[in-house]
Amino acid sequence: MLLISCPNCGPRDETEFHYGGQAHVAYPENPDALTDREWAEYLFYRDNTKGNFAERWVHSTGCRKWFNMLRDTVTYDIKAVYKMGEPRPDLTSARQDATSPEGASK
Amino acid sequence: MSLWEKPYFSTLKGPVKMAETATPAETAKSANPEMLRAARRSPASHLASTFESGSVDGTVALKEIPFQTMVGVRVDRASDAGARLASVTGGLPAVCGETIRNERSTTLWLGPDEFLVVAPETAHDSLGGDLVRALVEALGEHPGQVVDLSANRTTFELSGIRARDVLEKGCSLDLHPREFRTGTALATEIGNIPAILFKTGEDRFRIFPRASFADFLGRWLLDGMREFASPEVP
Ligand SMILES: [Zn+2]
Repeated sequence: MLLISCPNCGPRDETEFHYGGQAHVAYPENPDALTDREWAEYLFYRDNTKGNFAERWVHSTGCRKWFNMLRDTVTYDIKAVYKMGEPRPDLTSARQDATSPEGASK
Repeated sequence: MSLWEKPYFSTLKGPVKMAETATPAETAKSANPEMLRAARRSPASHLASTFESGSVDGTVALKEIPFQTMVGVRVDRASDAGARLASVTGGLPAVCGETIRNERSTTLWLGPDEFLVVAPETAHDSLGGDLVRALVEALGEHPGQVVDLSANRTTFELSGIRARDVLEKGCSLDLHPREFRTGTALATEIGNIPAILFKTGEDRFRIFPRASFADFLGRWLLDGMREFASPEVP
């Protein structure tokens, strides 16, 4: 069971959350201009990253808000939690946080 | 448009819904609060005697507090409408867990822009109160929501020196008093179902499960209470 730190509510059990897939998949500027293949790729094709992966989660039984999370798909380490709309955190600075005492990743 | 034509009344559950299908004569009768009360059945009413026999004097007790008035509010706290709603409720909580109480209601934080206003049964407009109307008027035409959710959830009260032990069997929050203080309310999971947990006293908790989960959660809590009815095994 993952312990996920909701940006609004703090650490809660994974069962309180739902997964929303890969983060930072932008809606196409002009969907009408896409070919069927491009549209299908936007809808269904996602990265299958081994390592740090930016993904969306929603705190379903808590504040019901969406947020982004950077998670290592191999170790399940949660590297960062950040708000919707914010860019993916720079990994090098995230690493520094992880080595500071008391898990500054909050 | 008069207030009575405002759309929120179409979301009212229970007595008003009943009135929609009733004959005019019955409608007139059901305007009497006592009649309304008699016609209603709470989600855990069938467990009332089981709750009573499952409670252990001086140790842990469970009961349902039916028909509390509950109003869901969604608004930007920083907006004018947020300020007007805050003047009705005595404020809108700013952070997770915070509750704000005034003479007519208690307001719980559910999310950064979502709140639950809880008040006694008699605060409801159908029983002569004016809470829903006051909140609807405070929101006015501004973006947001004021929805009568009184029939959405029921209320359980779990109290006694073992109340926390019972809760801890099905809730993974840190319920130790140093973390979970009186006056705190959190939306979480209890017994694997979503519920709001509100600590109203040192050994006193109010739990708001959705109506359809009331039977399950009531029985879950009773099961958790059972061991305290037996003599302690040395
Ligand atoms: Zn949350």
